[in-house]
Amino acid sequence: MSISNPHFSGYGLGLRKEHYCDFLETSVPVDFVEVISENFMVAGGQPRHILRQVRERYPVALHGVSLSIGTAEGLDTNYLQRLKSLVDEVEPLFVSDHLSWSRSAGFNAHDLLPVPYTDEALDRVCANIHQAQDVLGRTMLFENPSSYLAFDGASMSEWEFIAAMAKRTGCELLLDVNNVFVSASNHGFDALAFLDGIPAERVRQVHLAGHSQGRELLIDSHDSPVCAGVWELYAEAMTRLGPVATMIERDDEIPPLTELLRELSRARALGAQR
Amino acid sequence: MNLAALQQVFSHWLVNASDEFAQLLGNNAAGLAVYQNNYRAQLVGCLEQAFPHLRRWVGEEAFLAASITHIDSHPPHAWTLDAYPEGFYATLKDVFPRNPDVHELAWIESALNEAFVAADAEPLAPQVLAELDWDTAVLSLTPSLRCHGLTTNAEAIWSALWQETQAPEAVMLEQAGGLLVWRRQFTSRLRQVDALELAALQQVQADGSFAGLCEFLVERLGEEAGVMCAGEYLATWLGSELIVGVRDV
Repeated sequence: MSISNPHFSGYGLGLRKEHYCDFLETSVPVDFVEVISENFMVAGGQPRHILRQVRERYPVALHGVSLSIGTAEGLDTNYLQRLKSLVDEVEPLFVSDHLSWSRSAGFNAHDLLPVPYTDEALDRVCANIHQAQDVLGRTMLFENPSSYLAFDGASMSEWEFIAAMAKRTGCELLLDVNNVFVSASNHGFDALAFLDGIPAERVRQVHLAGHSQGRELLIDSHDSPVCAGVWELYAEAMTRLGPVATMIERDDEIPPLTELLRELSRARALGAQR
Repeated sequence: MNLAALQQVFSHWLVNASDEFAQLLGNNAAGLAVYQNNYRAQLVGCLEQAFPHLRRWVGEEAFLAASITHIDSHPPHAWTLDAYPEGFYATLKDVFPRNPDVHELAWIESALNEAFVAADAEPLAPQVLAELDWDTAVLSLTPSLRCHGLTTNAEAIWSALWQETQAPEAVMLEQAGGLLVWRRQFTSRLRQVDALELAALQQVQADGSFAGLCEFLVERLGEEAGVMCAGEYLATWLGSELIVGVRDV
């Protein structure tokens, strides 16, 4: 099984429709782009055509939202085969998804729902990761999601769960610094304890994003610039990590590309200081 | 509660938002509210994005009410949100039982969305036809083609909404017709046709036989007019890139 580009340490952006022309008609100063896998797991048409064109110009990372690695009933093999088809065509830098679940008994929530940090859930997540990695023939990266509740009966912290998951499956990690910030605020844990608790050598990619203040909780909204607290946490994270790719993730209220490139320059500068 | 049970309770709670399921998930009112909002906002947004012109046609309030009805009665099942709008057509028939214009607008937008990401296919090169035995020729239509009956001026309404001009009042057509949606290269197309062309195209969709098409049209138009009509349809469909393959059997 191949692992994901262990020495890649570039800076990239999420590819969004608003910027297709920029990426295809100009040379955008990024080292890679990340696309949402499911947007391109279609039979044909413009999405696949654009992805092929983008792939000719930039390295591409595939980032999924629907694998549902934490689902109790096992993975959707139809989904996995479609993902494999896309992976085989794109030959991406990374293939990632979230440590979450969205599917249960035929229902699909289309959201990144929280996994209870229990031994039973760890066994299931690890079995699912083994299955996914076996089908894809390569390691995957799993991202820590933002969460808004914790279940009774947890037997370990989120970072202990992630560390055990990575150790048992050989999977790699996508560290979303904003999600650490949001979850730490929502659950009252120490964000630095999270950074110290995960296996730094397994982190291949970092996400940076903005969030918003809800009525009682921080919401991972991806609709605003990276805030000062997340930049500070990113600087802390970079002192702990090895070669790692960093990208700015914006999914709503998409600004002009220049604004995102300014944020990416800031990430580059912080990365260079470590 | 084991993992499977917890996930089923969570799913039931997202769909029903009942206190019973919330209590089973612990004292997490604020967090549960975020997930409940995310779930519903995601699905409302999905329907709004899939049916932008229908939304303008019925009005935002009525569209939102129909969306909520749909979300409450049709939880999503597929791994892709692209599949979720498919079922909205049936809900609209229940919510707007006397508005065939609404149903047909919904069909148009749904078909355009499906065609946009349908499998690719190269249009048939005209020179392929030169040496074909038409008695045994079987035509293949583009996989993006969607056909539907038409009873109202929904095509005119949709076109006006798309062009952001004044849409006409909804009226019933004097004679029922049909709608074709397909994709040429990367652009989805919509065309209104008469009932005969719709039926002829559906005949080809069913068995592909050009001889069968001729027979179908001869039965309706007579020998000479039927064969001539088949030739005209073939030319039109080739020009529109609806035909992507042909073989002798």
